[in-house]
Amino acid sequence: MHELAVCQALIEQVERVARDNAARRIVSITVSVGPLSGVEPQLLEHAYPLAAAGTVAEVARLVVVTVPVRVRCRACKAETEAASNRLLCGSCNDWHVDVIAGEEMLLQRVEIETADEPVH
Amino acid sequence: MCRDCGCSLGPAATRAPFAAQPAGKGHIESIEVITAILDENDRVAAHNRTHFDGHGVLAINLMSSPGSGKTSLLEATIRALAGELKIAVIEGDLATENDAARIRACGVPAIQITTGNACHLDAQMVHDALHDLPLDGIDVLFVENVGNLVCPASFDLGVHRNLTLLSVPEGDDKPAKYPVMFRAADLTLITKVDLLPHIEEFSVARARDSLRHVGFRGDVIELTRRGGPGFDAWLGWLRSEIAARRAAAA
Ligand SMILES: Nc1nc2c(ncn2[C@@H]2O[C@H](COP(=O)(O)OP(=O)(O)OP(=O)(O)O)[C@@H](O)[C@H]2O)c(=O)[nH]1
Ligand SMILES: [Mg+2]
Ligand SMILES: [Zn+2]
Ligand SMILES: [Zn+2]
Ligand SMILES: [Zn+2]
Ligand SMILES: [Zn+2]
Repeated sequence: MHELAVCQALIEQVERVARDNAARRIVSITVSVGPLSGVEPQLLEHAYPLAAAGTVAEVARLVVVTVPVRVRCRACKAETEAASNRLLCGSCNDWHVDVIAGEEMLLQRVEIETADEPVH
Repeated sequence: MCRDCGCSLGPAATRAPFAAQPAGKGHIESIEVITAILDENDRVAAHNRTHFDGHGVLAINLMSSPGSGKTSLLEATIRALAGELKIAVIEGDLATENDAARIRACGVPAIQITTGNACHLDAQMVHDALHDLPLDGIDVLFVENVGNLVCPASFDLGVHRNLTLLSVPEGDDKPAKYPVMFRAADLTLITKVDLLPHIEEFSVARARDSLRHVGFRGDVIELTRRGGPGFDAWLGWLRSEIAARRAAAA
């Protein structure tokens, strides 16, 4: 499944963040995923340990935030939630809608432990 | 090709291992990033497009379930356009050389992608294949993706047009079951329509409705590789895409 390839790309981004910030290790990684990205959150979580093994993110927690699909209607201007296979206006049922959320597959936040000791 | 064109992109880089250290006395910091997870693939895809545009090549990605008729469509198209358009093909059949051999038998260059995951092509695989495929004089480059209605949809290859094939034996509910793939397409081809008399359950009207509901906004062409008006409409679509690209380049 392509979720492994997605996790490998994710780990590469996280490694860059770790290097730039002189991290000892990654504590957690937060991603947001919409149904229209083509990625299944559950498959992402299954693939993640394989991609993270032996990297700076080895023991990091993966947090997947799922974003629902939202559409804006061109006819009545309503903004409503929709199913991936029924991109219709929830208010007037028209199919002339623009997707305004649900396509994303983003790395949002990385929590690191820094190499240096805290200054008190 | 990269050396010739001066692009800096070689084969996929192997990354140095970078292991985690055990928890220590460092402090915990939360860093906001907000990047597209596949931005490296997107960057290579954009780079691929500069190769295509630099050579005036129209690049088209074909996606579908296994066996929907991608290679058959290419064979029939190559034969119909022999002497009119120069075609080349990148084959994403990762397990066998069958499809590449079928294309070569039609007298057209075909590059077989043999590396990577068995479930989809990505932009880097296409770029690496371009190194073995001279684009000079080529009008249309087809990329036949791996037969899979899920995974290929997430990876931009840098092509100009994405096509999805839906064959009659698969059933008209496939867009509803695989919305991401069908939504991503610029054109949907309903293939094997010669089988419609034998498969009464398939309703072209229902398939079109289903496509509309997943947000597909392109044209739908019904065809069989044996020719006829649908197949001519497909050739017409291809010719008009090439004309539009040439006009834009001029
Ligand atoms: N009846 C009918 N059969 C077709 C048509 N086009 C293709 N086929 C048959 O469908 C089968 C699969 O065709 P291919 O062209 O190999 O399909 P594909 O999408 O390239 O398959 P993969 O690369 O394995 O995913 C073959 O047995 C073809 O002969 C058509 O228009 N009508
Ligand atoms: Mg094939
Ligand atoms: Zn896959
Ligand atoms: Zn509405
Ligand atoms: Zn290049
Ligand atoms: Zn190159």
